[in-house]
Amino acid sequence: MTVVAVIVTALLVAAGGLTLVRIIRGPSILDRAVATDVLLAVVGAAIATEAAYSRDATALPVLVVLALVGFVGSVSVARFAARRNPK
Amino acid sequence: MTLDTILDTVAGVCLVAGALLCLAAGIALIRFPDVLSRMHAAAKPQVLGLLLVLLGCALRLRTGVDITTLVLVGLFQLATAPVAAHMVGRTAYPHDDIRRDLLITDELAGDIDRIRADRAGEPQDTSPARTS
Repeated sequence: MTVVAVIVTALLVAAGGLTLVRIIRGPSILDRAVATDVLLAVVGAAIATEAAYSRDATALPVLVVLALVGFVGSVSVARFAARRNPK
Repeated sequence: MTLDTILDTVAGVCLVAGALLCLAAGIALIRFPDVLSRMHAAAKPQVLGLLLVLLGCALRLRTGVDITTLVLVGLFQLATAPVAAHMVGRTAYPHDDIRRDLLITDELAGDIDRIRADRAGEPQDTSPARTS
């Protein structure tokens, strides 16, 4: 299981790094909102992997909250980006 | 090979596959050309990757309460990811930086003038019913 944990950690760190590059480079606020969503899901996957590795369910309620409220950020950004940048 | 070993192996395979899909979504965010295709990367491979990780986690924890919580997480993710992608897509559509040559079907193409007029008129609309 340790090997799996190391592999998964490396993959998730790479995914999070690529997502951070997209958040920094943009170019539009919507790209950043989408990339933030992906980063949130990567963090959720990391929390689930930690729970699976240590067989410890303490962090699972955090996952529920993340899955429930995670989309609010993207939706609000999309809503207000529409008002600020009319084409 | 006991049942525990088999379940742990399957859980490990699910975790690695889910992490690979997360990495695929990250690569797609870097390489895809416009916001609509990046939105596709965020909505589909990302959610499937998270579901695989949750499945691996459930196979590893193996208690009723934890599996119920993980099923709830998966359901919430499946319910909320399309909402976010839909809102981003609706906002992104009439902007000029969308690569129209990459769209296979464009069902809103006939309405684009009306959409642009709606968007252009929106900031002047400051009635309390719209802003609240």
